[in-house]
Amino acid sequence: MPDNHGPYLIRGARPLGGDPVDLLLRDGTVAQIGNDLEVPEGVQVVDAEGLIALPGLVDLHTHLREPGREDAETVETGSRSAAMGGFTAVHAMANTHPVADTAGVVEQVWHLGREIGLCDVRPVGAVTVGLAGAQLSEIGAMADSAAQVRVFSDDGKCVSDALLMRRALEYAKAFDGVVAQHAQEPRLTEGAQMNEGCVSDRLGLPGWPAVAEEAIIARDCLLAQHVGSRLHVCHVSTKGSVDIIRWAKERGCDVTAEVTPHHLLLTDELVEGYDPIYKVNPPLRTEEDVLALREGLADGTIDVVATDHAPHPVEAKETEWSNAAMGMVGLETALAVVQRTMVDTGLLTWEQVADRMSAAPARIGRLDGHGRGLSESGPANVVLYDPAAPVDVDGTAMVTKSSNTPFRGMTLPGQVRATFLRGVPTVLEGKNA
Amino acid sequence: MRHLLSTGDLDRDQATLILDTATELAQVGDRSVKKLPTLRGRTVVNLFYEDSTRTRTSFELAAKRLSADVINFSAKGSSVSKGESLKDTALTLQAMGADGVVIRHSASGAAHRLSHWVDGSVLNAGDGTHEHPTQALLDAFTMRNRLGTLAGLRVAVVGDVLHSRVARSNVLLLTTLGAEVTLVAPPTLLPVSVGTWPCEVSYDLDAVLPKSDVVMMLRVQGERMNESFFPSVREYSRHYGLDGERLGRMPEHAIVMHPGPMVRGVEISAEVADSPRCTVTEQVANGVSLRMAVLYLLLGGS
Repeated sequence: MPDNHGPYLIRGARPLGGDPVDLLLRDGTVAQIGNDLEVPEGVQVVDAEGLIALPGLVDLHTHLREPGREDAETVETGSRSAAMGGFTAVHAMANTHPVADTAGVVEQVWHLGREIGLCDVRPVGAVTVGLAGAQLSEIGAMADSAAQVRVFSDDGKCVSDALLMRRALEYAKAFDGVVAQHAQEPRLTEGAQMNEGCVSDRLGLPGWPAVAEEAIIARDCLLAQHVGSRLHVCHVSTKGSVDIIRWAKERGCDVTAEVTPHHLLLTDELVEGYDPIYKVNPPLRTEEDVLALREGLADGTIDVVATDHAPHPVEAKETEWSNAAMGMVGLETALAVVQRTMVDTGLLTWEQVADRMSAAPARIGRLDGHGRGLSESGPANVVLYDPAAPVDVDGTAMVTKSSNTPFRGMTLPGQVRATFLRGVPTVLEGKNA
Repeated sequence: MRHLLSTGDLDRDQATLILDTATELAQVGDRSVKKLPTLRGRTVVNLFYEDSTRTRTSFELAAKRLSADVINFSAKGSSVSKGESLKDTALTLQAMGADGVVIRHSASGAAHRLSHWVDGSVLNAGDGTHEHPTQALLDAFTMRNRLGTLAGLRVAVVGDVLHSRVARSNVLLLTTLGAEVTLVAPPTLLPVSVGTWPCEVSYDLDAVLPKSDVVMMLRVQGERMNESFFPSVREYSRHYGLDGERLGRMPEHAIVMHPGPMVRGVEISAEVADSPRCTVTEQVANGVSLRMAVLYLLLGGS
């Protein structure tokens, strides 16, 4: 065993932003919480004065690219990147090559994650074979596999066929699964390049109307309620979507939703220079949408922040806009963006951040051992975050294999200093341990 | 001014300078030796990713009349068709010492992207459905030649505004130069946010015609019908086509313009296209002078 397995005494951290305490991590659990804890023999001390302690973050939406696009990311580099961002568990999206639509593929990804051991990799299973939207994939086999898949998504593509979506919602119920929908009406977004509005009209780029997202969300909420199933809405990006989800929750629909850090901060005005670093699906929207998303996350209409970490090699972005790939990396900047957009603005407390980025995503993903907060005898999944350590974002300095961050050149307010997965540090002093 | 990417980047003085320079250079075309030594030793690359004999020839002629060396780099049969990226093509041209690159590309923003990768000047010769600045400038030049002034001029732009780079460049430029633009099209062929543009909008061509000094017809592709932008070519033509009868409802001094290529029988009837009030061939001739002016102003410095 490497000697970094602890135990560790975290000195003077502020759990959920509260008063400073010490935390003793031993044998994978939080063994003791208290003031001025004694240092038992063989315990390594981590000075955490001024740092906020949060439960290990859980990402519901990560593209690890392996198998198939190892030039962009691998399970290993993605796991490192996740750890650097304070994540102890990620849900690996199904749009790999081959698609994660069989027990074999999800088990392969799950095993890779286990071997690497830097964060728990929970594969997402495809809803339909090959993401083709025609035939249900073997949801039961993936659920029963070693990977224990509970989240099913054709992310990147919308399950647009209403009947197929109904069946998926119903069928997944038998396995306590949830269908995570990429809400994008395909006909309304043929050739779409960016948010449809003043900027797209000026730039001459085919528009991606908000209604293409909202219409699918409305339909799916009604379907989910009709068949009594769980629905999760991926990367909500418009004000109208927030309104619809709020309405659906009020009428008792079992729907949850996520928002990405980039949709909480960036707007379509950034597309003005045609730099595809800002090209993403769903597209960056308007200031009005950004404010509505923040409000929705604050009042609980939107349950979680999920990164939609989407690494791409340089050449996929160094090209004409319409030719460029959609997506942005986000694992390593997520917490700092949430601080800037939600905490520093007074919209969320750190306790609520822990809910939106750890407890709620773990609950939606039915992920045991994560999202259980910081309590004695609970799992020692801990992130130590310095909220007063501004960092100039530089994609090339990141741990992810790709560098396509839309925050490059911006200053974000804080940094992850340490991440512990079941008591073992995956990050210490701001570096991969 | 280093590049010409969008007419929105031009202020009134810059735009006027281009038109005035074009007026001076137009005289070269009337001489027996149609050539000036101004750009001798300079290299202009025509980088055309879309077929456009008209625009490419116009730029080529303009550059040659200024004594520049001109290289035509067409996407077909070149490294581009073998999968070379725009960036690599740009770096290649850069290495060859191109002083100016004239780019036509099907992707909106391609000229912007290119301008980050080359040291020389980039001239946007049409990027996707974004802009076509020299077309708008030559249109303005033609209007000024015919009608004397642009300030207060009432210009109707009729047709597929949504997909038109000519319309975008014209709205921006004409507004800067003090003209009043009205866009006329079925609602399906107008951008959703057109209400925020600095112009008027109408769905009714007949109501706009009597109040127009210039009627600019845009090409309408028949394929749009299959995408449900309008029910049929005939219905489009009935509502938005310019025929002899409609021409009669325009003020006597008013002119008809078209950026070409025209689709006779759809947006414009043969009678109108061949009428002396139609400036299509004049626009083509003016295009050479105007592009000479732009090349001169961008590349003519030391």
